[in-house]
Amino acid sequence: MSGGSSPLALVWLQTRNTNRLFWRTPVAAFFTLALPVIFLVLFSVIFGSEEVGGGYSFSQFFAPAMAVFAAVSSTFSNLVIKTAYARELGILKRVQGTPLPPWIYMAGTILSGVWIAVLSVLLMFVIGWAAFGFRMIWDDIGPAVLVFVIGIATFSALGLAVCALIRNADAAPAVANGVFLPMTFISGIFIPLDDAPRWLVILGDIFPLKHFAAPFGAAFDPRHTGRVLGWEDLLIMGAWLVLAVVIVTRFFSWDQRGSK
Amino acid sequence: MRMDGAAPAVTVKDLAKRYGTVVALDGVSFSVREGEVLALLGPNGAGKTTAVEILEGYRRADRGEIEVLGYDPANGGREFRDRIGIVLQETGIETVLTVRETIDLYGAAYTRRRPRDELVSLVGLEEKADARIKTLSGGQRRRLDLALGLVGDPDLIFLDEPTTGFDPAARRQSWKLVEGLTDLGKTILLTTHYLDEAQHLADRIVVLNRGKIVAEGTPETLGGARPVTTVRFSVPEPGDLPSLAETPEVAGPGVTYRTVDPTALLYRLTGWATGRGVELGGLEVSRPSLEDVYLEIVGEAGRQEEPV
Repeated sequence: MSGGSSPLALVWLQTRNTNRLFWRTPVAAFFTLALPVIFLVLFSVIFGSEEVGGGYSFSQFFAPAMAVFAAVSSTFSNLVIKTAYARELGILKRVQGTPLPPWIYMAGTILSGVWIAVLSVLLMFVIGWAAFGFRMIWDDIGPAVLVFVIGIATFSALGLAVCALIRNADAAPAVANGVFLPMTFISGIFIPLDDAPRWLVILGDIFPLKHFAAPFGAAFDPRHTGRVLGWEDLLIMGAWLVLAVVIVTRFFSWDQRGSK
Repeated sequence: MRMDGAAPAVTVKDLAKRYGTVVALDGVSFSVREGEVLALLGPNGAGKTTAVEILEGYRRADRGEIEVLGYDPANGGREFRDRIGIVLQETGIETVLTVRETIDLYGAAYTRRRPRDELVSLVGLEEKADARIKTLSGGQRRRLDLALGLVGDPDLIFLDEPTTGFDPAARRQSWKLVEGLTDLGKTILLTTHYLDEAQHLADRIVVLNRGKIVAEGTPETLGGARPVTTVRFSVPEPGDLPSLAETPEVAGPGVTYRTVDPTALLYRLTGWATGRGVELGGLEVSRPSLEDVYLEIVGEAGRQEEPV
């Protein structure tokens, strides 16, 4: 055999193998996919599938929220944990010793997360539809797809940025969840922030998750009128995306010892 | 810039590297000819791994000229890594992938790929080809590491302590594999802290200690052209021995001389003994084993730099 594979073929191979790692690591699959499904089912059962107005049920609002939860989990949390361990175990070092361009390895890792994110959205919508009365609304599907793309790009980059800033893989799950879970609450994923104190609302506005979850949710909210995606959502997510890319390019090390 | 076939595969001149205040390498120079197996031998912390990691392109030297296959490893990029194979000490791997999947994954980026199944049988992992890596024994994992180092059909192979932690049977097996590589004409740079390993596998040995080369040679000539010879015997009254250039170590009746000039020493000693009618009991003249040479070199160099 001779001739290196094309970059596209290499990206595909990396993505496929990272997917294999995901499905063969039960703890990753559980936290990323099973946990939001369990939340969706439990909350929908607790709050009931009765109509909450206009012929729509609770899951109309909660299924998109859990879709965002799962999408961020499969990009942000997965990347932090997986990449930190790959670095600590020397897997990144091994990759670095081969002719594989580093960007292709990273592309495979990120695309695998994106693929799981897409799957998880479909999963939430299908479960919401089959069991809890979720109805697909197509009017704002364009903005929904756009905010989803920018959202997972931002959270993928943030995952690598957090990984660049932590030294120890054992800290990775704690840091990933310690950042992500509180953020879900200040971003109104589980409980609407209508009655929250003003400082908490402002705090939520600073972080990117709210600007992902709110427009995405609004796109499937039958009561919502007007534009679902505002410029401030794009600007704030964009700013976090740029910050994350700067951190990754400045501080990301392929070797545990931090040498180049 | 690429060089022609006759040039050395690796040239290192005055290589130096420090980590903070710790000197890892201090003016190291050596070369590896094409097709040669060179062993970097030394105790832990001697600077072997640092030297090899600089040659592999993982680290930058503070000083020195380095050329590996005609490339500067630190800037050789993809083209350079396409031609080398690296078998690191204890490198992680995704244990949920199978042997076959892993070879396909790591082999994909090389331009000269060795066929996967040929590689699997070369390292003797046929019966484990579809097993997940977590089910492999330590020795099998190491053989997979070797397969991954060979997947790109490299011109130069780095083996960092290939048998550390192996039982004797597994070591023999690994040695056979490495010997197989030299039969293929591969250039190999090996690091080890086992003398017998260096002796068994290498054409030439460079002994490192505390960041410096303290000896260099073939397994036969290591220790210099005039190695120290030990002369041992016992006499009833060691105090009567003639005074010679060498001072003996005396323990009871036992006398030990170390000399670089055994012929002259023996001439005088036997002359003295026959003149007095004294028997040199259990006279023994021994050239040191490589093990003795190594321990002496490393021990001395170590003592010299011990802080007072």
